[in-house]
Amino acid sequence: MRAGYLSAPSPLPGFGLSFGITISILSITVLLPIAALVGHGLGIGAADLWEVISARRIRAALALSFRAALAASVFNLVFGLALAWALVRYRFWGRRLIDAAIDLPFALPTAVAGIALTALYAPSGVFGQLLSPLGIQIAYTETGIWLALIFIGLPFVVRTVQPVIEEIDREVEEASATLGARRTYTLRRVILPMLTPALLTGFALALARSFGEYGSVIFIAGNLPFQTEIAPLLIVIRLEEYNYDAATAIGLAMLLISFAMLLTINAIQIWSRRRIGNV
Amino acid sequence: MIHTISLGTHVLAQGTFIRKLGDGRIEIDTGGQRLAGTPVAGPLSAPRSGSPLRRLMSAPRWKGGLFAALSAIPLAFAAATAPRAQEASEILNVSYDPTREFYRQYNTLFRDWWASQGHEEVTLRQSHGGSGGQARSVIDGLEATVVTLALSADISAIAERTGKIPADWQTRLPHNSSPYTSTIVFLVRDGNPKAIADWDDLTRDDVQVITPNPKTSGGARWNFMAAWAWALKEHDGDEQAARDYMTALFHNVPVLDTGARGATNTFTQRGIGDVLLAWENEAFLALAEQGDAAFDIVVPSVSVLAEPPVTLVDGNIRSDAQRAAAEAYLTHLYSPEAQALALRNFYRAWDTSAASEEDISRFPAVERLSIDAFGGWALVQPTFFGDGGVFDQIYEGQ
Repeated sequence: MRAGYLSAPSPLPGFGLSFGITISILSITVLLPIAALVGHGLGIGAADLWEVISARRIRAALALSFRAALAASVFNLVFGLALAWALVRYRFWGRRLIDAAIDLPFALPTAVAGIALTALYAPSGVFGQLLSPLGIQIAYTETGIWLALIFIGLPFVVRTVQPVIEEIDREVEEASATLGARRTYTLRRVILPMLTPALLTGFALALARSFGEYGSVIFIAGNLPFQTEIAPLLIVIRLEEYNYDAATAIGLAMLLISFAMLLTINAIQIWSRRRIGNV
Repeated sequence: MIHTISLGTHVLAQGTFIRKLGDGRIEIDTGGQRLAGTPVAGPLSAPRSGSPLRRLMSAPRWKGGLFAALSAIPLAFAAATAPRAQEASEILNVSYDPTREFYRQYNTLFRDWWASQGHEEVTLRQSHGGSGGQARSVIDGLEATVVTLALSADISAIAERTGKIPADWQTRLPHNSSPYTSTIVFLVRDGNPKAIADWDDLTRDDVQVITPNPKTSGGARWNFMAAWAWALKEHDGDEQAARDYMTALFHNVPVLDTGARGATNTFTQRGIGDVLLAWENEAFLALAEQGDAAFDIVVPSVSVLAEPPVTLVDGNIRSDAQRAAAEAYLTHLYSPEAQALALRNFYRAWDTSAASEEDISRFPAVERLSIDAFGGWALVQPTFFGDGGVFDQIYEGQ
């Protein structure tokens, strides 16, 4: 970035005002809390931080949170794409209703979602009753955590991919067909490359969101240490012990992991753009 | 007519006679405060030891704190008479989960009584949540006027971290500042199909136990200590054997909810587990709400004396009028009417004089060990529930 870039007069008026508003709001709502977390973390010292994070129980919780978030987001990637595709390309009865329902996980308090899922999938629940004779238990196991994370992550994928599918010109597919490509080939070499950036963005959003999710998971997870105890719960537990340093350490670890995940996904995006050209 | 009553060895109070309580004591009105005690005839005489009041108020702890509190109240009232008219008082009661119903009723009772004493009306607000989380909110700046939490460790944490409560707060009111107590019992499915009778049944392979996480729930810490009390007694004080028992017990716990209400719901609504370790008042409440047909209460041979204490948050008091109202709010919890209300809400209260027979006879006899037997919460909290404590070791060892 050139020196004086920010102060250089832009041909558009109102740069100073809009930039000022952006930075102020961003600082108050996002940067300051994160800076406070990092600042508190710096006061603890690297050795102590590492000691907290490297404890077996914290590692188990972080691994569980990451594993469940990844599984749920991969599921959402596939299922969300199919859902978005169906909503854009086909006209069927109730389409608008389903389209509106996609946003419900955004709107519903996560605690309500968690309680509802638990009520349905607990052994005494509507679905749980059908599954438990088969020896399948969902509530209070890791599968239950996946379910809750799928629920909260789905709209991220659908809502980022949907507008891109709407923008795809039918002519491109027709051209591909007239040139002799089979349907799967068109899908693989023409459609998917155009959707990849949006898919990756949606995937990244869903992954980051579900990695830190607390409200819905807490009800459906059994919260047993080493088995179904997610990292955000451990933060709450450390706070209950008034152990703010350990809570900060876990928070920082989660922040770093999220940051690394987003960075990796961004790198993949750049790589895929180079490979297939900027779509 | 003015009567003098004695409240203990050194404390006397004077006021207008209201009524006889039937057990030798009378109730008087000291101008804003109703007190019950043994009437003093002629020169000061020490009350009979073993009188109801001696039992009600344990003298050594009570002398300093309560004397100051009680004698301050009428004084404060006298002083506050003039400016009180302008100062609207507000009391925010920060409490824990299962007291929701009790304090809703008590607030009505107190508001009416306070108004009947000729005071300016007070605004009463209540806040409920997990005990530890509520304590943290107060530490982080929630303007609580009084705190009524699940265990003294949580109030001591506020005292320690903010200095808004004096360190000796627990001696300020009778009975370790606990106007009502409870204990830990078992709630089992109707007819007790797994034949659960006592703590040793909970470690059987075919039994699933529901209890919340002691790290996040005050009630769960009482559960843990009740089990520990039994195990220690059963194994003649062998701590390793008690630890083994606790490990086996938590091996049978399929879900660790974060709060007592959550655990009750897991057991009653979701149908998980064979036995719920619960506050006695929560167990009775579950019976009342779900109908007697769904569950049974099993009383173990040994349990704990669970004392949920109350205190004033001195550092948050803004005016004399507010202090007077808040202190009265707490001391009135010990009045026969409030005690009867606590009994009706399934708490084991101390004064049964105004309660109905049904509410008193509900409670089965059980040996309740005091937490002091294990060194008090100041020692128990870090040893058992601190980072790396006994509870953590149970899971670390698996």
